[in-house]
Amino acid sequence: MPNTISYLALIKNGIFKENTIFRLALSLCPSIAVTNNLRNGVLMGAAVLFVQTMVNITVSLMRKFIHPRIRLPIFMLVISGWVTVTDMTMAAFAREAYKQMGLYIQLIVAFASILARAEMFASKNKIAPSMFDGIGMGLGFLFALTVISFFRELLGKGSLWGVPIINAKPLLIMILPAGGFFAVGILMAFFNWVDMKFSRKRPAGASQ
Amino acid sequence: MSIDSAKLFELIIAASLINNFVFTRFLGLCIFFGVSKKMETAVGMSITFTSVMMISAALSWLIFNYVMIPLDLTFLKIIVFIGVVAGFVQASDTIMRKVAPVLFHKLGIYLALISTNCIILAVPLINAGEKYNFIESLAFAFGSGIGFALALLIMASIREKLELADVPKTFKGLPIAFVVTGLIALAFTGFSGLIKL
Repeated sequence: MPNTISYLALIKNGIFKENTIFRLALSLCPSIAVTNNLRNGVLMGAAVLFVQTMVNITVSLMRKFIHPRIRLPIFMLVISGWVTVTDMTMAAFAREAYKQMGLYIQLIVAFASILARAEMFASKNKIAPSMFDGIGMGLGFLFALTVISFFRELLGKGSLWGVPIINAKPLLIMILPAGGFFAVGILMAFFNWVDMKFSRKRPAGASQ
Repeated sequence: MSIDSAKLFELIIAASLINNFVFTRFLGLCIFFGVSKKMETAVGMSITFTSVMMISAALSWLIFNYVMIPLDLTFLKIIVFIGVVAGFVQASDTIMRKVAPVLFHKLGIYLALISTNCIILAVPLINAGEKYNFIESLAFAFGSGIGFALALLIMASIREKLELADVPKTFKGLPIAFVVTGLIALAFTGFSGLIKL
């Protein structure tokens, strides 16, 4: 029987060992598109966290009724249903941000990571582990987007969450499209470096 | 429906160069990094991509304008469009397997990858959002396809060379690919302001 410790392990797995962006390099589109300021990055991450958790719960609830042959279309339907819910909620309550990132919210539907978790985890596990797995993966995504957008807004505009912090001429390139690619590339390399350092000192399998 | 060829040309240029899907809209990155390792796969992918994109844009436009708007179902557009794309890809997979096995052998794997791709889904969504007419939607889809193909070919030719380069250990693989993409994106910002739409 799973206990709290393994739930924690599930969440940790999502944040570090199988981090969607830095480790698996999936669902990269929004990691660059919406991360030119911290608020959008966090909102996008929260939207993904919500969708991933709800999809995992729904799929896990229905796993006994879905015929294996038609499972992928069913998963797609579940995902697009929850994305529509998120899309409309965002459109109603976060108008400013929605104008800038509405398209990317709708495209959460096409996230490989969400479908992969539904297929690999939620369709085989009970509700509680599936929920925690969803939360873990979602938090990992949120974490990645937060880090990327933190650096991009700080360097590119000299502000955080719209509040000016550094009083110097900002590096304009960081908020341009090109800066997003640089930021993700460098952060990925950094995570690789951390991984290499630690795996030398610790036994293999220790995450981070 | 009046057809203004100058406007269509502008639309194609805008979709392929100025608002290039990979470099300024950041869509389809997973596929972009996945298949740009070899020139051959990049070419196959671009052909499949452009054709699927145009056909699914046409299908979605017809369904959106003749079924969903009259029935007031536009809030279902995400679900319907992904259904259309997935259904169409599945159908063409089956048909191609029977009718043109040689072509299937070459392009079949890419078809499977396409069904849940963000670009293919983004084109109908943008078409619906911008209220393009039928011809404009097709032009937009064509331009987007060309733009994606261009990006793939540039990237594939660079990455073939990059394999031989001496890259720092931590940057090996994806990180350096990201940095290179950043540089290309920087070059593509030069196209902005080429046409005022």
